Amino acid sequence: MASSIRVRATAGAETTEVQALIQHPMDSGFVKDAKGQLIPPHFIQEVVFEHDGKQVFVADWGPAVSKDPYLKFAFKGGKKGDDLKISWTDNKGGSDQLTAKIQ
Amino acid sequence: MMRSVLGSALGLVIAALTFGAVHTAVAADTTNPEADAKAFRKFFTDKFPKVKFDDFVNGPYSMDEGLYQQWKEKEEFPPYEFALDMGKELFAKPFKNGKTFADCFPNKGIGIRQNYPYFDEKQGKVVTLELAINQCLESNGEKPYSYTKDEMAAVTAYMAFTSRGKPFDIKIPNDPRALAAYENGKKYFYTRRGQLNFSCASCHVQSPGERIRAEVLAPAIGILNAMPIYRSEWGGMGTISRRFTSCNSQVRGVPLNPQDDEYRDVEYYLSYVSNGLPISGPGARP
Amino acid sequence: MYQVTSDGIDKTRRMILQGAAVIALASIAGIRFGLTEAFAAANDKYPEDAFKQKSSDDAIKSLYGKTATASDKVKLDAPEIAENGAVVPITVSSSLPDVTSISIMVTENPFSLAASYKIPAGTVPSVASRLKMAKTSNVIAVVEAGGKLYSASKEVKVTVGGCGG
Repeated sequence: MASSIRVRATAGAETTEVQALIQHPMDSGFVKDAKGQLIPPHFIQEVVFEHDGKQVFVADWGPAVSKDPYLKFAFKGGKKGDDLKISWTDNKGGSDQLTAKIQ
Repeated sequence: MMRSVLGSALGLVIAALTFGAVHTAVAADTTNPEADAKAFRKFFTDKFPKVKFDDFVNGPYSMDEGLYQQWKEKEEFPPYEFALDMGKELFAKPFKNGKTFADCFPNKGIGIRQNYPYFDEKQGKVVTLELAINQCLESNGEKPYSYTKDEMAAVTAYMAFTSRGKPFDIKIPNDPRALAAYENGKKYFYTRRGQLNFSCASCHVQSPGERIRAEVLAPAIGILNAMPIYRSEWGGMGTISRRFTSCNSQVRGVPLNPQDDEYRDVEYYLSYVSNGLPISGPGARP
Repeated sequence: MYQVTSDGIDKTRRMILQGAAVIALASIAGIRFGLTEAFAAANDKYPEDAFKQKSSDDAIKSLYGKTATASDKVKLDAPEIAENGAVVPITVSSSLPDVTSISIMVTENPFSLAASYKIPAGTVPSVASRLKMAKTSNVIAVVEAGGKLYSASKEVKVTVGGCGG
């Protein structure tokens, strides 16, 4: 199974820049389907990025984050070959995680 | 009665508006694709002297600075990324008989997007990449893909990606049927249809860069180079087939079936007159 | 650590939070070092209540328990006209020291709070993400730095709404 998470983490001189894209419908609960029924809310609530056993970024999201959400941030430290762990959980108890290597 | 009066009144107004613009892009009566392509290109480069020629493949983003910035940001991690990965996987995955897509295409299917559609003299018709993909599946005993999105968008995304930067190189062989297909596609492109009585050209030749309701219209030249596209409006990927059918619906016309003769022919025409512009697909659009 | 596949951890977290809520609100700024487990959990918790607030004032109050003052040290990058309300790229950054959190509100959305980011020490106070906007609205970026709240806002015009239909 292909992961729902795509990450690009690049170590620079002082910081590691992280970009992530997650495949998720991010249904807001305000949109109707073809039959006119409201599609129930289904969205990622939390994304956690960990490096070296420490949280480097935590995203708390509501339903107003776009479908297939994108994030970009940077943290100090991190070097090529280090692990970066990404995990997300959604409002229906779904979750996924991935450990990526910093480039 | 009422409607037809209204319709023709609206038609007249639009015709009056478009006449000058469209006319320059259409060549003389005898079919001369080469002259068409030249005139088509000149029309757009004259109309948009500030747009770098290769930028026409970026559709509305080549027309509007604010949109261009948003596109740049999207391209940092483009929304078609998942489709691209899926396409790569599907492309490599063996069929039940052990063959793969690579066995159906020249150069194993890599870097060939710019040569589609082509006129297939054996079949006597225009073969688009989407059609060729389904012919490949069927000839290997597999179920064909639905033409508009999902797997078809994924596989064409991957094949376009391996061809990025290669200029469209559409050929019209010395075969009266090929010329007729080209001519038919051109006719389809300039024919008005739907309740709004728009032709493809009303929007994409006459008015690129203008807003129609909220959307910035893309120029016709290079419009297929970015296909397939992730459209925010669709919340997902769509193929050339999807683009044509949705265009027809937007002018409140009845869309044809994907890959009907007219659609393959108009793709042939549009790709031919965009010769020289690089493949940029998969793309992202508003 | 975050294998939250059942309600288990969520519930535990919530219970811990209820106990710690009052203290957490009062001292959230001062607890960056020497966290107790309860505080760590409280600090981690998904701000369910804040995401349910209709107005940005209420969302900010629920999130931080205080009000924000406008600051030119909060930088909010957003388009003048969104190409499509479904995907509006928004970047927030700040030149303030000791940033601990960045939140983004869209005032005209059904629920104002769109996203809230925790910025641990060592993380650069800058985040880019893509948000949905129902219609033309002010976007407010709130930055928590050194225990205080700062904000910047910008109007983004939306011609194609991002709430579908």
